[in-house]
Amino acid sequence: MSGGKLITGFAVTATSHTLGEYRARGGYQALERALLGMKPEEVTGEITASGLQGRGGAAFPVGRKWSVIRPDDGETHYLCANADEGEPGTFKDRWVLENAPHLLLEAMLIASYALGVRHSFVYIRGEFDLAYRRLAGAVEEAYGAGLFGKDIFGSGFSCDVFVVRGAGSYVCGEASALITSIEGKKGYPRNRPPRLTVRGLYQKPTVINNVETLANIPWIIAHGAQAYRTFGTTKSPGTRLVSVSGHVTRPGVYEVEHGYPVGRFIHEDCGGVLGGRALKAVIPGGISTKVLTASEIEPHRLGHFGDCEDRRVLPQSAGIPHLEPLVFEGESLQAAGSSLGSGGMIVIAEGTCMVRVLQVMLRFYHHESCGQCTPCREGMGWLHRIVDRIVSGRGRPEDVDRLYEISRANDGTTICGLGDAAGYATVGILDKFRCEFEYFIAHGRSRYDGCLECLGSS
Amino acid sequence: MKHLIPECEALKARLPQGFESTLVLPCLRRVQEERGYVADGDIDALAQYLGVPRVQIEEVLSFYTQFRRQPIGRWHLQACHNVSCSLRGAGSLLDRLRERLGIEPGQTTPDGRFTLSTVECLGSCGTAPVLVVNEVYHESMTPEKLDALLEGLE
Repeated sequence: MSGGKLITGFAVTATSHTLGEYRARGGYQALERALLGMKPEEVTGEITASGLQGRGGAAFPVGRKWSVIRPDDGETHYLCANADEGEPGTFKDRWVLENAPHLLLEAMLIASYALGVRHSFVYIRGEFDLAYRRLAGAVEEAYGAGLFGKDIFGSGFSCDVFVVRGAGSYVCGEASALITSIEGKKGYPRNRPPRLTVRGLYQKPTVINNVETLANIPWIIAHGAQAYRTFGTTKSPGTRLVSVSGHVTRPGVYEVEHGYPVGRFIHEDCGGVLGGRALKAVIPGGISTKVLTASEIEPHRLGHFGDCEDRRVLPQSAGIPHLEPLVFEGESLQAAGSSLGSGGMIVIAEGTCMVRVLQVMLRFYHHESCGQCTPCREGMGWLHRIVDRIVSGRGRPEDVDRLYEISRANDGTTICGLGDAAGYATVGILDKFRCEFEYFIAHGRSRYDGCLECLGSS
Repeated sequence: MKHLIPECEALKARLPQGFESTLVLPCLRRVQEERGYVADGDIDALAQYLGVPRVQIEEVLSFYTQFRRQPIGRWHLQACHNVSCSLRGAGSLLDRLRERLGIEPGQTTPDGRFTLSTVECLGSCGTAPVLVVNEVYHESMTPEKLDALLEGLE
């Protein structure tokens, strides 16, 4: 088992998302405790002491983000929950929205109290259907019970929440684009500085936190930062919602304590690779994080180097085998050259064509580039068309170098991280599976059957 | 648009003063839910009601993929073809859809019954592949389940 459960530790039933059952599990007691027994600064202090980091992908310390806001400076502040979960492979926030919407709402009330926020927002992606209905239902239940509105728990604290549905745009999950979208405009990201905690929604200081990040807050306030730190590791306290998909026997959302071995998680908790096939690669935290090979995940297991026989000619920078098994912790993933990202783990079985995998990814980035910055607007199209050309059998020998070049040209040259992320994903796959690209270009066909699917029995 | 104004006024009550522009997306969604797409007249009415520039609404309509300016088929079939769905059979599902409907993604059947689209990740990766019909997710799809589903869509 993958450790303690701070968010998912209850039985999911047809009614477990309702206010009544949430309260029966102790829900909204942390809010009461905060409102009646703590000063706003003390709430922020507790969150800072807990070491909680953002779960949307950047792992920014929550306390540091919150500390920029002075709750009593007389300014208007806003809070936005980022429920625009769109990173391919990620569906953990959807789990929270569908199964524990009140956990998010309680967290938003606590955060609003700490940050001196009168009006808070949830930005939820437009495609979510059940998640939206559950959330909207929970908002009405909470208003009906006096948990939103004026003078909550007789504390004098008042707060409203407003749910905005997106309308189909990946880039709106980026915090500044999200704000622009709440302002009713096309979702262009904004240049920083100024940070959003200085000038955010309608130019007012705004805190934006991911749904899962917020979902940790009631537990921390109820049990204290010290108790929270007994879970996970020193550098990455607490747990992590990991959404697993792809060629894996038991896909789904798992709550994993930081420090748990990734290989054990895949083979034991998730039941291993589909159809008993060998593990080829894992995308650890959404497609924007660099792919890891089986040998990078479990270097202590045999000298298995995947099926890329040309591995010995790989550049030094690629997949330096580190001796410790990979664990769910920012530092461990970083040492392997990747990141925990958004927790969207995609498992890829042996025999899968990585050229085709990259083609799907680049089509996505090309489709989702908002077009504001030239390197991304043009670069995403170039990357996509080159890999399309390779897959159509008309690849050119210089194509691999060209993909590298365009990826590098995007790094750090655009307003938001979409172009960077596409570059990381591309370089990640090229570094480790270059031979598959060279084979495809030389022979005009995939080294494997070119098929991406694996349906369980083989 | 006009008959939706009382509903929009109720939304305004939970927003701070001066947040009219925030209602652009929610209002457009409601218009599209009713009409099936957003017509020129809706844009004029909304611009006037919210006091925002017409061009802002036009930009929003062209930026977000879910908004439509033309009517589509009664049943909008949206097949995800991102990484996780592709790894679990989105390709075969899409082939079956093409074959059964006789159209390509982006097209509508001549009888106006179905419109087929491919879409990017919908957060249904653990229950891939997913097909969304109008608003509803149909998860862990197989060609067999697809055949049964299509029979039920008049």
